[in-house]
Amino acid sequence: MLDALTAIFEALPYLLKGAIATSGIVIGAMGLGLVMGVHMAVGQVYGNRAVRWFVGLYVWFFRGVPVLVLLFLFYFGLFAIVGLNLSAFTASILVLGMTTAAYQSQIFRGAILSLPKGQLQAARALGMSDIKAIISIILPQALRFSIPGWSNEYSIILKDSALAFVLGTSEIMARSHFVASRTYHHLPLYITAGCLYFLLTWIGVRALLKLEAKVRIPGYSQ
Amino acid sequence: MTKPKKPILRVENICKILGGKEILKSVSLSLNKGELKVLIGPSGAGKSTLLQCINFLIPPDKGRVWLEETEIQNRKKRDLYAFRQQVGMIFQDFNLFDHLNALENVAIALRKVKKMSRQAARDHAVAELERVGLGDKITLYPAELSGGQKQRVSIARALAMEPKIMLLDEPTSALDPELIGEVLSVIRDLAQGGMTMILATHQIGFTRSLADEVLFMENGRIIEQGSPKDLLSPDACSRSWDFCSRLNELHEEGV
Repeated sequence: MLDALTAIFEALPYLLKGAIATSGIVIGAMGLGLVMGVHMAVGQVYGNRAVRWFVGLYVWFFRGVPVLVLLFLFYFGLFAIVGLNLSAFTASILVLGMTTAAYQSQIFRGAILSLPKGQLQAARALGMSDIKAIISIILPQALRFSIPGWSNEYSIILKDSALAFVLGTSEIMARSHFVASRTYHHLPLYITAGCLYFLLTWIGVRALLKLEAKVRIPGYSQ
Repeated sequence: MTKPKKPILRVENICKILGGKEILKSVSLSLNKGELKVLIGPSGAGKSTLLQCINFLIPPDKGRVWLEETEIQNRKKRDLYAFRQQVGMIFQDFNLFDHLNALENVAIALRKVKKMSRQAARDHAVAELERVGLGDKITLYPAELSGGQKQRVSIARALAMEPKIMLLDEPTSALDPELIGEVLSVIRDLAQGGMTMILATHQIGFTRSLADEVLFMENGRIIEQGSPKDLLSPDACSRSWDFCSRLNELHEEGV
């Protein structure tokens, strides 16, 4: 028992560095997914036929293939073919980012479609271009309504980030596995790894709840 | 001898088919500066569609629109946006921007479209809100306002753009009866202040006292037009009078 605690205690600084790497992957992927997802959602709702078709195809592909397959496919295949020599860390961010973009785009699309149509009409009637109306009127509301779904996506991507281990990214899972196989304290180390993921999920979801409360529109019932 | 006035807005032969149904069948009208024309008619007559075709929120299939001497080329985006700035539109459901308070609702287009500074837009917005009697409500959000207040914010929002004409699409139809008066009185002030307007409404009393001309629409056509005195009196034997008296009967029965 004491052995196990000592093992955890000794490994903790090393694992916490892994937690920083995990956070980096998740923040990078969620950020990339946010930027891509918003554009894709706008394209899918307001774009012409070609744009809608392209976004549809993208979403169909990234939602249809397992993340593990995508990681291998891009890291060992596609990135190399296009001449990109990326670190495992960067590749993990890109692949997870492109994957979550597909899911996030559908969160945003749903939020945009849930807004009353009249507001876009009113913005147009005031002389706004569609782009201006989307930026000033549609997205500020759609993004607010997307926070609960986005928080869900955060917790999914956080846990999917453990798969980056297979590319050799030095995150929580990789480091736990490394220590565990060296010290044979498998159970305590994986429990610690699980706790770190649990903690990161909790912090992120709480932060998003706070954000949701902060940007709530006065007078709207929750 | 009076000089014939030049129309400020001219609409010619607007046609629109929606979902296989002919909603507008070659509708034409013109509007002189300072005139208030009232569109009446049963629901489904095409009043809303006509108003939305005038500022191309619904692009008409056929037809032409002139503002003053200029024909609007709605395919040129820049021209279209410039035209819409000069045509204020009021909707039945207010269509306020839900995430912005009353002040920001009025100020946003001033900043984003008219490129005014934040401070100038704010000052102008406050003045417009005071004009519709909402000087004390500027920080409230749409969800915190009553229907009548929302509609007055939307009028202030349109007026802030300093439009040459206003299109009002049943501005009181979504309101509780006791809130109609406050909105009508704002519109009355506008009419008396010389604003040029087309108003679709079922408020017959208001029409009778303020309209310069009544346009009665049915099945996508303007079938009668004339002064309220001519159309809305029992001895006119008009389709308009028939329609209005039936509306009044409904009111008297308390429906």
